Amino acid sequence: MKFRTFAMFVGPSIFLMVLFIAAPLVSVFLQSFQITQPVVEMQEVETCTAGFLTQTCTTETKTVPKLDEFGNIVTTTEWVGLLSYQRVLQLDAVGAAISSGNWGDILNIDFWKALRFTLTFTLITLPFVIGMGLAIAMVVNNATKSMKGPVIFVSLLPFIITPVIGALSIRWLFYGDGIVTVWLEALFDTNLSVAANGWAVEFLMMFYRVWHVAPFAFVIFYAGLQTVNQDTLESAIIDGASRFDRLRYVIVPHLMPLIVFITLIHLMDAYRAFEEVVGFSSQAQRITLQWLTYDLLQPDDAGNRAISRASASAMLTMIGIVIILMPPLRRTWRDHKGG
Amino acid sequence: MSTPKALQQPLTLKLASNAFLIFWLLLAVFPLFWILAMSFKSPVDAFSSSALDVVIGPETLSRGNGLSALDIIFGVVVLWVSARLAMRWLMPMAAGDGLIQRVFSWLVACLGFGLLFVAVFFFLLPWVLGPLNDIAGPLGRPVLGLTTEHYNAVWVENEFWRNFSNSLIVTAGVVTISLTVGTLAGYGLARSGSNLAFWILVIALVFRALPPTVLVAGYLPAFVNSAEILRPWLGENAPTLYGQPLAVIAVLASINQPFTIWMLRSFFQNIPTDLDEAARVDGCTHFQAFRWVIMPVMWPGVITTGLFSFLLAYNDFLVTSLLLDQSNQTMVPAIAGYFNRETTTTDQVEAVAAAVSITAPLFLLVMVFQRQIVSGLTAGAVKG
Repeated sequence: MKFRTFAMFVGPSIFLMVLFIAAPLVSVFLQSFQITQPVVEMQEVETCTAGFLTQTCTTETKTVPKLDEFGNIVTTTEWVGLLSYQRVLQLDAVGAAISSGNWGDILNIDFWKALRFTLTFTLITLPFVIGMGLAIAMVVNNATKSMKGPVIFVSLLPFIITPVIGALSIRWLFYGDGIVTVWLEALFDTNLSVAANGWAVEFLMMFYRVWHVAPFAFVIFYAGLQTVNQDTLESAIIDGASRFDRLRYVIVPHLMPLIVFITLIHLMDAYRAFEEVVGFSSQAQRITLQWLTYDLLQPDDAGNRAISRASASAMLTMIGIVIILMPPLRRTWRDHKGG
Repeated sequence: MSTPKALQQPLTLKLASNAFLIFWLLLAVFPLFWILAMSFKSPVDAFSSSALDVVIGPETLSRGNGLSALDIIFGVVVLWVSARLAMRWLMPMAAGDGLIQRVFSWLVACLGFGLLFVAVFFFLLPWVLGPLNDIAGPLGRPVLGLTTEHYNAVWVENEFWRNFSNSLIVTAGVVTISLTVGTLAGYGLARSGSNLAFWILVIALVFRALPPTVLVAGYLPAFVNSAEILRPWLGENAPTLYGQPLAVIAVLASINQPFTIWMLRSFFQNIPTDLDEAARVDGCTHFQAFRWVIMPVMWPGVITTGLFSFLLAYNDFLVTSLLLDQSNQTMVPAIAGYFNRETTTTDQVEAVAAAVSITAPLFLLVMVFQRQIVSGLTAGAVKG
């Protein structure tokens, strides 16, 4: 294919990606070193209230945003270096916490709290997603043929459902006097309040994620199981391999590339977790890195968005993405050079 | 095919395997079934601590909203028959030549089927069953509490249909743009073995991993001030992009691009290059070969990728909630408004009803396109 034809085919897509992915990325990078603020003026304001005999007057200096001739607020943009990063990371507070020995205080700072939760969330859900996916795939593979269609249909539902709605549907089972909470209370004869307990909420968020992603792992493992070499299995039996040995030494190695694939996708997606916080309204207890940026982008009470701090936190989030992507990219590069 | 004796499983293993399967199916479906059951009950029943009350709904029943055994039997039969007919007839109805005609005729067929179903299920059936219930004796007595008041409140009083139509506009736009642009790129990338193509794919993979907030942090200032930024070029007509569905469509389609081109590329790679070469020998240009030879066999791949674009746009919370304002919000962010203000139990059940309303189209989607979804999920993976 000539370069010109290639460019014609790929051009529109590249244009979209440059305009809406690459350009914003650069601008976020720049914004994270800048702060845009309204220009303020100090004004002396004299306020007088009616009093007996004389008025009581007080003069105070107020800061008032400066307006241009159209009545818009004038803003300036300054380069502030790493100030926004410092505000997100709050290293001095971290230092104080370390030197005073109260390590737990670090987790009161939003960024470190989010980082702690995002990492535990990602790493703890990973083995469960793979385990559940593999177990479901083997069990479905084992089921009678006529059952497979409906079973796959039902299994796909948690995966296909809108993430926020999926999280809500589990929240409604547990929060307040949700039906499962009632059952648990009857079972253990105690009084439970799931929504008030940070760890319970954290567990529910992980449970939701496994419930949501396991079908994806299942479908992929199920497709992989169809291509297991039957001859290898038979020779394993002749060699006296038990059922578990066959799983351990034939099936799992065969599925290894798929396990790597799912691990990669899951790490990328769980690291970006966001909908859980919305669905479980957990912002008071557990937040994720992406939710932190989202929250900074939301207008506050005065209608201002903390764009620079959001950019800084977004750039810090990116570091994690780079680390996750490093091994697969290196492998791709090796394959490309070798092949 | 009989399984060899050595591969046969002992009874305990079979039992355990089936027990786990049933456990998983219950786990998968229970939360969804539960919100469905809650959404049709009066608040007292929906938040009752007895599971049976939530399903049967005595309080709802005592208010005179209920179905008799006869209603249930007829309703289930009509639902089942229409589901069967939909699965058997709707797919082949995509007649006509060319992509546009087929999609169009299929949409018309679906719409017609939907209208027919609504007419039969909601109008013909009650009209027939009303008199029947009166003469059927015990079979005609209401046994299952069921009320549609919350759906009525959500869709009519709270004007959820506005959010629905916004969702429809956004998803339709995203699917169209990302498929058009993505198919061209996917074909180009699949047929070019150059270094450039490799690098484009790697960069797309990196873009695929980016959290959307990173990008939105870049759009927000530009979109809010876009009228001023674009003024030098567009003059006084420069639009404020913030709150524009069109801007959101462009953003979502672009965020979707890396995924789309990877998936379509893997589908195109499955089509033998001999086809293109034969067409080229017969005197086609690359574009003609693509349009008249490759596209007709690419149907399944395009449908599958379209499904995933649809899901991404339909399920999106983050981008739409930040870039659209209240007046043209889509469904998923709109529901956040419900459960944030849920003060009374009625509000809560309305939130549940809204959630079920959002899920229903997805449910239909899986029903019709199960095969395509499975093939799409495995397309990228099996090749590694």
